Amino acid sequence: MQFLKFQGLKHAIDIVRVLTQKEMKVKYKSSVLGYFWSVGHPLAFALVFFISFKVVMKIQVENYTVFLISALFPWQWFSNSVNSAPLVFIGNASLIKKVSFPRSSLPFTQVLIDMIHFILAIPVITFFLLLYRIYPSTAWLYGIPFLLITQFLMVYGFSLMISSANLFFRDLERLTVILTTLLFYFTPIFYPVSMVPDKYQFLIKLNPLAVLIVSWRDLFLNGHLNFMFLLLGFGYSLVIALVGYAVYKRLAWKFAEVL
Amino acid sequence: MKNIAVSFEHVYKSYRLYHHVTGGVKNFLFHFQSSINSLRSIGFEALRDVSFEIGRGEAIGLVGRNGAGKSTVLALIAGVLQPSRGGVTVNGRISPFLELGAGFHPELSGKENILLNGVLLGLSREAILKKMDEIIAFAELGDFIDQPIRVYSSGMIARLGFSVVAHLDPDILLIDEILAVGDAEFQKKCMDKMTTFKERGVTMIFVSHSPRDISQICSRVMWFDNHTVKMAGAVERVLQEYASTQA
Repeated sequence: MQFLKFQGLKHAIDIVRVLTQKEMKVKYKSSVLGYFWSVGHPLAFALVFFISFKVVMKIQVENYTVFLISALFPWQWFSNSVNSAPLVFIGNASLIKKVSFPRSSLPFTQVLIDMIHFILAIPVITFFLLLYRIYPSTAWLYGIPFLLITQFLMVYGFSLMISSANLFFRDLERLTVILTTLLFYFTPIFYPVSMVPDKYQFLIKLNPLAVLIVSWRDLFLNGHLNFMFLLLGFGYSLVIALVGYAVYKRLAWKFAEVL
Repeated sequence: MKNIAVSFEHVYKSYRLYHHVTGGVKNFLFHFQSSINSLRSIGFEALRDVSFEIGRGEAIGLVGRNGAGKSTVLALIAGVLQPSRGGVTVNGRISPFLELGAGFHPELSGKENILLNGVLLGLSREAILKKMDEIIAFAELGDFIDQPIRVYSSGMIARLGFSVVAHLDPDILLIDEILAVGDAEFQKKCMDKMTTFKERGVTMIFVSHSPRDISQICSRVMWFDNHTVKMAGAVERVLQEYASTQA
């Protein structure tokens, strides 16, 4: 039995590996500028926010460019994964209807690929930090892996939930777009936590994504990690991942019927 | 018990009709009452009280009109669907041969698709890489093997799909009307391959509308009609009976 379990895990790894290679190949085959796009999108947003909030509205934040960039890249990972989640199973309908394989490997691969893109963008973030004479800190060595794992769990949980539920409620896709847009503005990405009025400060801690984004920014800009936030973020991630998996487990056996 | 490859015990399968729900959250809320009612109703019955056993190494043919439930039986064996009631037991590794090229990606080359498909169908990465040359040789696609498969004809995709499945080393093979595609020569090759499978003791469950193919491979036939087994037994007898209702 143990051996069987090991075989199952090994096969799951093989599946994720070939699926990841497939997605990467497809992405870079159809556009040579694949990497450019994944980096260019958050940078373009950074430029827009810089113009509207720094140049026009004169926001009082030091090093506003890197302030934006250090939060926009982790946000991009979240938003890409969550917004492509609704189509993860629908886009593989023929496979799900005909072949029995662990379906959770499909959203897993999607989130993994977005994480890889984020990791590949870290040198770009570093480049901008260096322009502002902010140097990488040793805290990165354990902070980055820890936050990667935390965010991966959180995003995978959301992705499992949305992709499974979307098979039954097909307009979830639109809802997801609306909700992520709202979440973007409720998360301290283009404004600092300190600008949030005191009586609303508690909302920051209630927003799992805010906890994560604030941690990323603290790590990139100050080489500092707030232990309480890390713990809180990891707790949220664990809960979201477990709920996501429960939803998936509950619905997975019906996938072939509703596609 | 050990010699049973597949057994169905009083299996029922009904689908709920999800159209209210797949209409989306908005639809669901605006037509709440009727949505709840439709969720409660049984929906569409695909199989009714189906029981049979297939011994290890047996080759069974399934015949019947479209929509009689043959494909549902295969999907239940493959583990893609779960029965609403009753028990499905499967002993051994299954090769789902349900749709050639399910899971192929049009932008990837033939070779890359072999790897992708083989792993999804249950083989390890190393095993596929080891068999790669053999699979390519069997498919006989020449230089096309390095081309993205969007440039393939449907017959060529079927060849590639069959070649992957033919090298999976299954215990149980499920075949769903796949021989309709491909040219005569390749069809013959497929039939030959299936005969070798049969000699090797692979259990085969074969859905086909061609009496000739069935009598060549199968030792027993089940005839599905109106969502249940109408008749099961020796190939000639069942096929004759089946043919007489078709006229």
